[in-house]
Amino acid sequence: MPLMPTVAPLDLEGHVVGVHFLGDTPFFATAAGTIHRLDGGEKVEEAHQGLLTFVRDPFSNSLLTGGEDGKVLRITPDGSTTLVAEAPRKWINVVAGGPQNAVAYAYGKSSFVKLADGTTKEFTEERSVEAIAFAPKGMRIAAARYNGVSMHWVGTNAPAQDLEWKGAHTGVTFSPDGRFLVTMMVENALHGWKLDGKAGDARHMRMTGYPAKVKSLSWSPKGKWLASSGAPAAIVWPFAGKDGPMGKAPQELGTRANIMVTQVAFHPAEEVLAIGYIDGMILGVRLADGKEALLRRPGKGGITGFSWSADGKRLAFASDAGDCGVVDISA
Amino acid sequence: MTEAATAKPVPVTVLTGYLGAGKTTLLNRILSESHGKKYAVIVNEFGEIGIDNDLIVESDEEIYEMNNGCVCCTVRGDLIRVVEGLMRRPGRFDGIIVETTGLADPVPVAQTFFMDDDVRAKTELDAVIALVDAKHLPLRLKDSREAEDQIAFADVVLINKTDLVTPEELAVIEEIVRAINPTARIHKVTRSGVDLARVLDQGAFNLERALENDPHFLEHGHDDHVCGPDCDHDHGHHHHGHDHHHHDHDHTCGPDCGHDHHHDHGHDHAHDHHHHSPGAVAAIHDLTVKSISLRGGEMNPERFFPWIQKITQTEGPNILRLKGIIAFKGDEERYVVQGVHMIVEGDHQRPWKENEKRESRLVFIGRDLDFAKIEQSFLACQATEKTPA
Repeated sequence: MPLMPTVAPLDLEGHVVGVHFLGDTPFFATAAGTIHRLDGGEKVEEAHQGLLTFVRDPFSNSLLTGGEDGKVLRITPDGSTTLVAEAPRKWINVVAGGPQNAVAYAYGKSSFVKLADGTTKEFTEERSVEAIAFAPKGMRIAAARYNGVSMHWVGTNAPAQDLEWKGAHTGVTFSPDGRFLVTMMVENALHGWKLDGKAGDARHMRMTGYPAKVKSLSWSPKGKWLASSGAPAAIVWPFAGKDGPMGKAPQELGTRANIMVTQVAFHPAEEVLAIGYIDGMILGVRLADGKEALLRRPGKGGITGFSWSADGKRLAFASDAGDCGVVDISA
Repeated sequence: MTEAATAKPVPVTVLTGYLGAGKTTLLNRILSESHGKKYAVIVNEFGEIGIDNDLIVESDEEIYEMNNGCVCCTVRGDLIRVVEGLMRRPGRFDGIIVETTGLADPVPVAQTFFMDDDVRAKTELDAVIALVDAKHLPLRLKDSREAEDQIAFADVVLINKTDLVTPEELAVIEEIVRAINPTARIHKVTRSGVDLARVLDQGAFNLERALENDPHFLEHGHDDHVCGPDCDHDHGHHHHGHDHHHHDHDHTCGPDCGHDHHHDHGHDHAHDHHHHSPGAVAAIHDLTVKSISLRGGEMNPERFFPWIQKITQTEGPNILRLKGIIAFKGDEERYVVQGVHMIVEGDHQRPWKENEKRESRLVFIGRDLDFAKIEQSFLACQATEKTPA
């Protein structure tokens, strides 16, 4: 019987939107708008009057938030916040970090990119912007919307490259190598586009069969796999081949009867997936052999966020009932 | 189950009505009067809401067609997002009110609360309220289909600004509303001055409550649904205390239909006709929404369920609302059904009472429906009917 790893609990008030490590410090963000960081004791900042989104800037050592108060904030490792942008009376639930300290955010039918020099570029769509992702290379954004994705080069005024697929796209992510773009949809499905194909190649990837909406996606360290929530197992699609998962079946990991997976997060170095469930349980599963380790027993709420420390020895988790914590797997 | 999943669903009230019908006035009343409850309000534009309240959320109407091949399966994408955000901090309010734009189709709003699993898990559609401007309704109906849709789809219709019309004009407006929607509760008001208890917490989509609020669903003449501003709204029990007469005019009556609507309910109506065309109403506008009220005996479930499935699948786009109470042969409980387009829900509600007549009643409100065929096929589901050879 393997030993349970130790869990250091952190009980917060209400729904916790997510958690991210900056260095060795985990930052937890509550829906009420407070940021709690465990940096030699719990430290709390009031960031928003209602926090809607909390993301890691993949291009810098900082976090980005958007709120019901119309503010976009950047949070640095010492816990200080700076105002990036403000749109009074708008709910900001779309924020993304880009190269050279650029920050993208959206409300209504517009995406905005605030550049380090203080200028802001606006890109308008015909329909509401549901999500934004920066491409891994180049100053380029993908804005998910109804009937597809619009890709814009931030530095130019060239027309958008439109990737069309019928239906509402509510989330978007690039593969780490930039060869694929994948969206989450309002209906229980993912959709993918192969971006590096020649003209006329089959570019679409339909990933369907989920019993629930997909809310969480995670690429494996080298981008060979894309893990997803939305089923009573983590659904892991193979992206190693040049055509991605087309014609291939996904792996199902951590299958439980009728208990839905709500969050997935790949370990930063190994092909090991943290799987969080709606009952608060957390499993660590190795892709190679499907071997499972229980990292946390069920709790009070569903798992809403994960973050691995850079060294891969600690896993922080957030919950919709406030019962968060950090799992130490170094033992 | 997690704590979040077991919490009581938050009621959602949808407010429809043309620009100038009085929605803002009603919203301001809901937000400012002391009724001990707090509401989060989702509006299209902050506009004239003069109240500073951090629970007022502006949202761009965003209609998403679901990618399932069904043209009527539409939801409001913006509502999915905003409701998800609101429900992360549910302790702040007792209910949610969604104000729609004047031209809005109420159906995607309502369907969001049935079709989206996340929204459905945490909220419950309470009622759709339509505000109607008594003075301008005839004009609105001439201009647009939306005005008609809003009335057809509503659970409660507020005929507002009644002081701007004569009693005769008001009677016609009421007949029009009733012609479009025979099941809605109607309140005649000025300056949106309705008792908020008749607008909020109606339970109109709750299968257990929907028809319980209206114990005489389709049994009585329609004018005892109509409540004036001073009605204490115990739903007409002052004239239902008598021995039950069968008021069989459970259909749409126009002003020319021949029976006296202002009698004292002490006599029997012998006629039993259906969906006849209301003369004065037709003179104002050729209404495209019609309704049929069906009545039958005990049903055979093996016929009824396939029938209602089929009819909502094939006629779904044309059905705006359906509501009914079904008596199944050998079943000790009343079965209630309701639907919006292709979505149909049904459940046992409560045991039949001893003195209750076990009959089935069903209302369809929609466009281009073949009422004769619907009625015939409905009656063929009765348990007493022989299976067609």
